[in-house]
Amino acid sequence: MYGGGYIFDEPNGKQLREEQQHDEPEKLAAFEERIARGEKIEPGDWMPVEYRRQLIRLIEQHAHSEVIGALPEGTWITRAPGFKRKLALIAKVQDEIGHGQLLYNAAETLGKSREAMINDMLSGKSKYSNVFNYPAETWADVTVIGFLIDAAAIVNQVANAKGSYGPYCRALERICYEESFHLKQGHDAFIELAAGTPAQRDMVQDALNRWWQPIMHFFGPPDKSSQHSEKLMQWKVKMASNDEMRNQFLESYVPKIWELGLTLPDPNLRKNADTGRWEYSDPDWDEFFRVINGGGPCNEERLRVRKWAEEQGRWVRKALMNPGQKRAMPVA
Amino acid sequence: MSNDSLDPRVNRLKLGAAGEVIKVEEGENWNVYEVFHQDKRGAHHEHVGCVHAPDPLLALVFAKEQFARRKKCVNLWVVKSADILAFDVEDEDMFANNLEKTYRDASGFKVMEKINKFKQSK
Repeated sequence: MYGGGYIFDEPNGKQLREEQQHDEPEKLAAFEERIARGEKIEPGDWMPVEYRRQLIRLIEQHAHSEVIGALPEGTWITRAPGFKRKLALIAKVQDEIGHGQLLYNAAETLGKSREAMINDMLSGKSKYSNVFNYPAETWADVTVIGFLIDAAAIVNQVANAKGSYGPYCRALERICYEESFHLKQGHDAFIELAAGTPAQRDMVQDALNRWWQPIMHFFGPPDKSSQHSEKLMQWKVKMASNDEMRNQFLESYVPKIWELGLTLPDPNLRKNADTGRWEYSDPDWDEFFRVINGGGPCNEERLRVRKWAEEQGRWVRKALMNPGQKRAMPVA
Repeated sequence: MSNDSLDPRVNRLKLGAAGEVIKVEEGENWNVYEVFHQDKRGAHHEHVGCVHAPDPLLALVFAKEQFARRKKCVNLWVVKSADILAFDVEDEDMFANNLEKTYRDASGFKVMEKINKFKQSK
């Protein structure tokens, strides 16, 4: 789900030496045995080049997603209805930024610097979760994000927390604990609208209609079109296929939407009683790739806001590095 | 250039042009500090993660924000990651336990057997 886009070549622009490009067969075999036994891989351990590259890509893009994901919700802090909702939203947005920090730390243990990751995000080279390229138009959108996007993220993160890379698992354990609060407060706000006045119900139905496709996109393209995920599954980088996670999400959450008398904009969405699996219309995957590659309604705004924050925060970061220095130069 | 955002705060910012190149310099995000968390007095401090900070005092402030937002915490330690000395993971085998070390273990001493034998011999 945090995939797509480029694969990082080598931390900090260094080129790999010839002998580093190929994994030694004995070491690779020992590594794969460790993973098969359920052992965790730690930062200093030997690991295949491709394992390191894929993990950096995955964890880094997960980190960017947490930070960018706070933007559409942060928008609503000043306009959240009521004091408790405002406090909860501030807490949630702070958590998301904290999750970004935890994940950047985990990715840094693989040798890519924090600065290099941020630069790759700002230049558009490194991606983040596609759902955050859509706008949160009304308060109902915030409840849909808090309920369903966080629910989808939990499905993914609970799976990844059983992966093979120790630092990523430890970060996810902490993240999942906090996400359970996000989901609950989102569900609560969602139900409040769904059980409210006709105008409130219309608002939440409208938000659902607009967010359903991005949510179906969330877990990534269908298994039949995704390549080389077999190795990543064996290495426990990827813990479940995209379709598997999408099905798990539908199984848990579609009934929670339907029980409130709300509808979803897909006439083919239903659970097949024979197979026990959910069936649905294929979401528009061309749209998915168009948005990932910069064509979504908010891609440009998100990056411009992040660049503004980096640029405006620079003098603070620099000043804190030299606390003894009162002025950069004589003022008169 | 005016912004056309749904976010009133974004519309108040003077954002740069689209596609503007902003680069963060290496080192701008400071140093890494490891964080140790104590959940009750008398307990060990346990390693919970790390923060980036320009100095140890701010590392403590950031550690409080990052690791003591919810669950119980009575104290935190921070130490610069570069100051931690650790064994090389490649040397893990030196910790391999020699099974012949029963002389270091309570289970290596069978007192009752000897007492019973002594009593029976009476």
